[in-house]
Amino acid sequence: MSIFNISRRNLMALSAAALVSSALAGTATAQETIKVGVLHSLSGTMAISETTLKDVMLMLIEEQNKKGGLLGKKLEAVVVDPASDWPLFAEKARQLISQDKVAAVFGCWTSVSRKSVLPVFKELNSILFYPVQYEGEESERNVFYTGAAPNQQAIPAVDYLAEEEGVERWVLAGTDYVYPRTTNKILEAYLKSKGVKPENIMISYTPFGHSDWQTIVADIKKFGSAGKKTAVVSTINGDANVPFYKELANQGVKATDIPVVAFSVGEEELAGIDTKPLVGHLAAWNYFQSVDTPENREFIAKWKTFTKNDKRVTNDPMEAHVVGFNMWVKAVEKAGTTDPDKVIDAIVGVQVPNLTGGVSEMLPNHHITKPVLIGEIKEDGQFDTVWQTDGLVPGDAWSKHLEGSKDLIADWKTLKCGNYNTVTKKCGA
Amino acid sequence: MFCLRHLLRAVVLLVGFTATAVAGPYEDALPKFSAGSYSETDEAIGAVASSGHPMAQAVIEALQDGRLLAGNGQVFIRDPSGGLVNAATGQAFGAAPADLKPVRVNNRVRRAIEAALGGLTLLSPNAGTRMEAARAVFRSRDEAALPNLDKAVGQEGDAGVKQALQEARAAILLTKADASAEDRLSAVSTLRARGDQDALALLSNLSADSPPALVAAAQQAADAVRSRLEFWSAVQNVWYGISLGSVLLLAAIGLAITFGTMGVINMAHGEMVMLGAYTTFVVQELIRTYSPGLFGASLFIALPLAFLVAGAVGILIERSVIRFLYGRPLETLLATWGLSLILQQGVRTIFGPTNREVGTPAWMSGAWEIGALSLTYNRIVIVVFAFSVFAVLLLVLRYTSLGLFVRAVTQNRRMAGSMGIRTSRIDALAFGLGSGVAGIAGVALSQIDNVSPNLGQGYIIDSFMVVVFGGVGNLWGTLVGAMTLGVANKLLEPYAGAVLGKIVLLIAIILFIQRRPRGLFALKGRAVEA
Repeated sequence: MSIFNISRRNLMALSAAALVSSALAGTATAQETIKVGVLHSLSGTMAISETTLKDVMLMLIEEQNKKGGLLGKKLEAVVVDPASDWPLFAEKARQLISQDKVAAVFGCWTSVSRKSVLPVFKELNSILFYPVQYEGEESERNVFYTGAAPNQQAIPAVDYLAEEEGVERWVLAGTDYVYPRTTNKILEAYLKSKGVKPENIMISYTPFGHSDWQTIVADIKKFGSAGKKTAVVSTINGDANVPFYKELANQGVKATDIPVVAFSVGEEELAGIDTKPLVGHLAAWNYFQSVDTPENREFIAKWKTFTKNDKRVTNDPMEAHVVGFNMWVKAVEKAGTTDPDKVIDAIVGVQVPNLTGGVSEMLPNHHITKPVLIGEIKEDGQFDTVWQTDGLVPGDAWSKHLEGSKDLIADWKTLKCGNYNTVTKKCGA
Repeated sequence: MFCLRHLLRAVVLLVGFTATAVAGPYEDALPKFSAGSYSETDEAIGAVASSGHPMAQAVIEALQDGRLLAGNGQVFIRDPSGGLVNAATGQAFGAAPADLKPVRVNNRVRRAIEAALGGLTLLSPNAGTRMEAARAVFRSRDEAALPNLDKAVGQEGDAGVKQALQEARAAILLTKADASAEDRLSAVSTLRARGDQDALALLSNLSADSPPALVAAAQQAADAVRSRLEFWSAVQNVWYGISLGSVLLLAAIGLAITFGTMGVINMAHGEMVMLGAYTTFVVQELIRTYSPGLFGASLFIALPLAFLVAGAVGILIERSVIRFLYGRPLETLLATWGLSLILQQGVRTIFGPTNREVGTPAWMSGAWEIGALSLTYNRIVIVVFAFSVFAVLLLVLRYTSLGLFVRAVTQNRRMAGSMGIRTSRIDALAFGLGSGVAGIAGVALSQIDNVSPNLGQGYIIDSFMVVVFGGVGNLWGTLVGAMTLGVANKLLEPYAGAVLGKIVLLIAIILFIQRRPRGLFALKGRAVEA
């Protein structure tokens, strides 16, 4: 009896000790790691694009830990799944910041998801790195835009077509939501300022996931056979691209007749299409997997080892995350802390090498400098860079070509303002 | 004259081979290929093509296929077996010098290649090549090709090619200011006979300072072509409508059975379509690995398999979930919606979130030209296929005992049960049939849409719309509903745009359902109590 009693008491004492020590261990590790939030959809419609970005973040964090972590601490990724559901993005962002206490968040793809998390980042004062090309017209203190602004993608692409291909007639085709609408508005204003007549611009919008492109491709063909060189500038998003290109190929529209330059079609998207009929169609990005630099070769090799898949491709938003992550690491080292206010101040002016052989810099408007590359689709689903800007192009938060935004500038270093009006000299439009 | 030139060239060549460095336009142009600039490559193509050198065609063809290598001002052709030939001398070259790179091409260079090859291959012995050449010259309107073109027209035996050659000739002559007036007038009538968009562009872009008679004739011809095209574009819109309608029909016809006749609101119907598409993908992958020769038949092999896979999953769903929920539409809706999410995520986990490539067999690629209309083969196949599936399903429901039982259970479940029909078994089979047909639709849709886990979501709303609009419980209603929606959508689209067109259509359907809640073809009598 007594033996039993003692042993039970011992047991209790033991388990209590175990509890305390594990709790202690818990607090100890919590102090030793810096948490990094990864806010990308792993299910739902956007999983097709965003899952890869989650993987690339895990790889970057693992590598940084191999180098000894950051400020003497290990980094720890906190991955959540907002499931392509915009309100859920805000909820998960709140969870990452207030519960998990992450130092910074890397995430979002669509503009609507970014707009949905903005208030959360402002309210809880945290940092978001946004890696996707977008429509611009925004600059927030808590957000760093590592993807392309319209002047780093759309405008150079149009210039290339006009100069190299002699294009005189333009079809602006897009999915009906904020990014294509704004980009096309900017492009239309830009083309008109270059002397293109309104009758030489055709604008066409389609719903999300549009799959019946017969009428639109026929219209494009008709528009394109007016005797002047015609090109399509496509802001068609996501899945709708595959049936669009299939219909182009079936109706015999070749890149030599009417080239299509796309802003949302990268290596990842092409992996799901038979690319032979697409050879010669174009894409404008700030990075291609085919770019031959030592940095890029090393990155691709690491990526293939990390994913244990020799066929995995790399793409532009992945490079944006690489650049963004390295900038954040440098800024944290510079500030000596992960405190958001100090990091936000420290990061402006930080320079890190990008994967295309240049050095990108974080600008006071929270956009970065990037090279612009125009690539033609090759048979193997990769791009052949046919043109690139001489140097790096600084990203414009506010377009110079739109009424109402051309007077605005963003400067978080000296003016501390995201929309300073240079005419009225006031912050806040 | 020709003989003499050839003789001269042969002599020059002979001298060239011995002395290696001979200044001719061809030899001058070659080093430009190694400059690495597209505009120099473009110039070099023009110079090589017009040089008349016997190697010219080989060089340009090699450039087109990416077999033209350049480095250090020297240019080599790699023949398909891998050997190198010096483009300047035509001699085989054993050891390849280091740092040779393929000459890069872009769209501009590709256009130049097409134009140059067009001019060079007009006299090719192969009729197909001559046809291609004639089309290329029509597009490039290169005046330098005119002498060859005249010669080709004179000796052409094939009527189709001859016409294409004459059209190419007309395209050049129309804008050639120093051509004779009769030639240019006859060019106008040749183009008028051609009567397509390209002809219209040429006719309406004729510069105004041409002779007045010619301008007037071109004007008249352009008007004629325009009215012809207007007619064809109306026909085209109707065809697009039928084609869209047949896609809707395919997607909805399985639902017409599960929802229409059994009254089950199956939100996972789209996922059955997706399973069919993924079955096609798996079949094609296996064929690619084990017997690539069968690729042309891959869709036929996939059809029965897709039916079985989707049908089996359908029966499984019916037995495990839906049969407990008959008569409770709201719960069925939620349960099947949950199932659809599970199926999507399941496929996403197994096959990955990205699109999968489903190839199009050669016999489904390309287009059939009729009048000013081009009907793409894959759409024709899908239209025919949709109607065949409809017909087969109609026959199954009309003439087989399964069909009889399904109709009996639909019309009066209790009486059918009293007559000895095992209604629950019929439910399972009918659900399996509907799901299997959805799987078959997936095989067809894999040809025009993405094969991704989200494939089904895009069709579920449209499918319900078709079935409800056509009248629940009636296959003919589904057919008429699908075709009406398809054609109406495509007739609206050119005027209202894709987005607004769809909105207008939805409003029209809402109004229609308000007036006739049971759709176009309502079942009459006592049948509709459940």
